[in-house]
Amino acid sequence: MAVMTMVQAINQALRLEMRRDGRVVVLGEDVGVNGGVFRCTEGLFQEFGGDRVIDTPLAESGIIGTAIGMAMYGLVPVPEIQFSDFIYPAFDQIVSEAAKMRYRSGGEFTVPMTIRTPIGGGIRGGHYHSQSPEAYFTHTPGLKVVVPATPSEAKGLLLSSIRDPDPVLFLEPKRVYRSLKEEVAEGDYSIPLGQARVVRPGRHVTLVAWGAMVTDCEAAAKLCEQEGVECELVDLRSLVPLDEATLVESVKKTGRAVVVYEAPRTSGFGGEISAILAEKVIEYLEAPIVRVAGFDTPFPYALESVYMPDAGRIREAVLQVARF
Amino acid sequence: MSPELLQVIAENGAPSTHEAPVLEKQELLRLYRAMVMTRALDERAIQLQRQGRIGFYVPSTGQEGSHVGAAFALAPEDWVFPSYRDQGVALLRGATVVELLHQCFANAKDNTRGRQMPVHYSFKKLNFVSVSSPIATQVVQAAGTAMAMKIRKERRVAMTFFGDGATSANDFHTGLNFAGVFAAPCVFVCENNGWAISVPLEGQTASTTIAAKAEAYGMPGVRVDGNDVLAVYSAAKQAVDRARAGQGPTLIEAVTFRMGPHSSSDDPKRYRDPALCEAWKKKDPIERFRQHLTRKRLLTAELDREILDGCAAEIERAVVEAEKVGPPAVSTLFEDVFAARTPQLEQQWEAIKDAVGRGVVGKGPHGEFPL
Repeated sequence: MAVMTMVQAINQALRLEMRRDGRVVVLGEDVGVNGGVFRCTEGLFQEFGGDRVIDTPLAESGIIGTAIGMAMYGLVPVPEIQFSDFIYPAFDQIVSEAAKMRYRSGGEFTVPMTIRTPIGGGIRGGHYHSQSPEAYFTHTPGLKVVVPATPSEAKGLLLSSIRDPDPVLFLEPKRVYRSLKEEVAEGDYSIPLGQARVVRPGRHVTLVAWGAMVTDCEAAAKLCEQEGVECELVDLRSLVPLDEATLVESVKKTGRAVVVYEAPRTSGFGGEISAILAEKVIEYLEAPIVRVAGFDTPFPYALESVYMPDAGRIREAVLQVARF
Repeated sequence: MSPELLQVIAENGAPSTHEAPVLEKQELLRLYRAMVMTRALDERAIQLQRQGRIGFYVPSTGQEGSHVGAAFALAPEDWVFPSYRDQGVALLRGATVVELLHQCFANAKDNTRGRQMPVHYSFKKLNFVSVSSPIATQVVQAAGTAMAMKIRKERRVAMTFFGDGATSANDFHTGLNFAGVFAAPCVFVCENNGWAISVPLEGQTASTTIAAKAEAYGMPGVRVDGNDVLAVYSAAKQAVDRARAGQGPTLIEAVTFRMGPHSSSDDPKRYRDPALCEAWKKKDPIERFRQHLTRKRLLTAELDREILDGCAAEIERAVVEAEKVGPPAVSTLFEDVFAARTPQLEQQWEAIKDAVGRGVVGKGPHGEFPL
């Protein structure tokens, strides 16, 4: 076990899988010689060479489109989009091509590819380096969407994603890249996609989160504990496929749910979670399901800390629900 | 600078400025038969659509020389990224008429399981990649497959087809740019048929030619008479040989004409002068090749009749066979979304299975779907 950041854990996962499987290639802007602007691909170019760690022209639809061609042909590409805010030129290739290929070809052509891209705010990145676009993609049949919360989670989930036979969008919470360090197991391990993680058990309120918000929820849970309210925190890990069973089980027990996400509130993935709970456990609910989310505004620069859900806002929502 | 227009067979079937490629009689006849079959199938499929027996169709009439000619330069292990107007490529590479018609009827024997509109074929066994409706998406994917071929050090080629309208799309630029930068073994074949539904070429680009665009991507651009199958083949053969030898990509502009509508839902009388079609009829690729083969004494009237009748008979047998097959089962709706169903898909399948069982859903335009 070594203590490391999420950047180091991702780097280790990529290196491990590239050593294990000669079909794995990494491509994207600045991922080669420079090792990625966040250094997630550091040293890979030097170890595996330019055929497997490819600095591409600056064109997102080209990165994803060529990765699709590589994947259909039998490679296992891991393209990187430098910031998820820049992913939209590749939207067509992701949602209309990668996600639909298996279905539209009757299962003959497949796209085993993992798109890595940083998401989320909290780094003073302004509008174009801070957004959380997961809901655009969870609305796309044929695409898996994974969001790790911690370094060791990132390693295990990334290894599962690269080995998955379908396209995976792997959203890395960039605020956690270096701010959170933890022990990460050496060697090969994977965390199955579609299994949520109960981060901490609790009797009174279920907190549902993914990515960077898991850390804020942990902080909020500690604050609530001081006021006698126990939170059960569920980290979804993957939004598609979704582990409804763990979610439903938890809310049946607590009877209360607060869903936390960084993206704009309206049509965010937390709305889907709320709807599932309303459909499946309404008879267990003791209080309305409450969402704590970003606002329906573009992501701000100066007022970032106001926009982002934090432990204080989450705590208030938990107490409101607990005392309903 | 516009490249010259490469031509082997003049419009009257006589030899033109460029030398004919060296091909055996059997190869030439195989090429001819694929073109004739493509035309005959188009004509029959449009009838089927008009009779309401298939839902939609995209004819390639007039363009057989372009795509069949270019694909003839490929080896079986090479890959093709077609547009939706390239059925001749599938036929040439070995798809049977009945396989194409199963897809058009979207029946239980359609290898793509009734999932797309007619002509959106996909044949893994022929390295013929699933056809997409969005324009030019295949161009950049072909560049990626070519990059993979190069990474694996295999001497293979990816060839992609697209129309003149596609050259306006982001992915045309991106695909050619990536292929140029990585010297990928990719051949880009633009079937310039003059029209992107209702918009003529001058509405797509102010460039003198499409071939001229190759210059900006650091690759050769070749302009060829797209209604001259041997000229297209010659240009494609040279491009494929270059790619296979590790010399990088080529852009080929095959100048042709879409004789029919964009699709069975389109009426070209709304936007173009029918006289244009009359003028292009004189350049018909099949008629021109027929005259060439006749001049070379490779095709007699009897053999020609045999080929035409053979194609017609095969199509009729295939129509009967494909139309007999029922629709795909409801369960296929939930298959191939992912390699395995997610719990959500499983729940939705259980719910619909129940609804079908109670007769609430499950009826299509031609009766009930099997579960």
